[in-house]
Amino acid sequence: MSTLHTINKSPFTHSTLSSCLQVCGNQDGILLLEDGVFGALKNAPYEEELSQLINQGVKVYALYSDVKARGINDKLRSDIELTDYNGFVKLSTEHRCVQSWY
Amino acid sequence: MKKKLLFISRHAPYGSSLPKDALDALLAASAYDQDLSILFMDDGVFQLLKNQIANEINQKSFSAILPVLSLYEIDSIYVHYESLEKRHITINELVFDGIQVLDSQAIGVLLAQQDQLLSF
Amino acid sequence: MIFSLAIYAAPYSSQAPDTAYKFATALLANNHKIYRIFFYHDAIHHASALTTPQQDEPNFTQQWQSLAKTHKIDLVVCIAAALKRGLLNSQEANRYNKPAANLAEGFEISGLGQLLDAAVNSDRFITFGS
Repeated sequence: MSTLHTINKSPFTHSTLSSCLQVCGNQDGILLLEDGVFGALKNAPYEEELSQLINQGVKVYALYSDVKARGINDKLRSDIELTDYNGFVKLSTEHRCVQSWY
Repeated sequence: MKKKLLFISRHAPYGSSLPKDALDALLAASAYDQDLSILFMDDGVFQLLKNQIANEINQKSFSAILPVLSLYEIDSIYVHYESLEKRHITINELVFDGIQVLDSQAIGVLLAQQDQLLSF
Repeated sequence: MIFSLAIYAAPYSSQAPDTAYKFATALLANNHKIYRIFFYHDAIHHASALTTPQQDEPNFTQQWQSLAKTHKIDLVVCIAAALKRGLLNSQEANRYNKPAANLAEGFEISGLGQLLDAAVNSDRFITFGS
């Protein structure tokens, strides 16, 4: 059974994303939302750890409305998929549990 | 059928009331005859230190509250190894004797075994 | 699927309340059911009848009232978290001799057991905190 991890804190000020990445399993999913979308920036902290997980098959998403609000659409890494609330709903059904990292 | 519910407590005590709220929720939950566990990680591990004396900041000490958990129907109490290590806390500094120390990989497995996660 | 949401963040102080509401509306639009929204910690302020946002700001209290009425969703506020923060229904206001009650219509004050009940009786349980 897999877990959807949601992160709403910026990796520039919090180690929340790092904590999530440490325990994230290969079947899990990660959704960056609110200030968590800063974790989707190229050269953001924990960039390498995130790359490693993506290479292992973990799908990482960022909520588009939060990306757009923060004006960072052009600065994101290309291996993160943008999604919306319908996508968030779908992800929450596809994984068994949701761990909210805040 | 009983559900496996894992409370995850990640915040330091006293600075925020969230950790106390988490414990209150856990104790209330113990009346519901489910499989309850709690995991302490990140700054949440600070809740587990012995000898906390919090009366001068007008709060109840976690080292006094936490041992009460053993009187309730709480299946397991877990702590994240890497969170302890990062904070230079050793197991003998913790208020519990029977705490299960899990590394990051084991935590990933633990999460995958649950029916619900209660994130604090 | 049946969902329950736990909200721990105060309205207007962070983005979490808005995220929670948008997620709830998306759930319903995708034909899922919501069993309960449980307001705990600072989120109890959602249930105040006195919230008076500006015209150009979202009205979280009204949004939840409306959604709950249309879709028959249980809106529960933790009694312990509510009382200490000054949110009371008539019964508690009388009990503690307070000059007024301020629980908004559509919200119910209850115990922490309702949080666990929601987790047990839902397929998915999601927390929105700050």
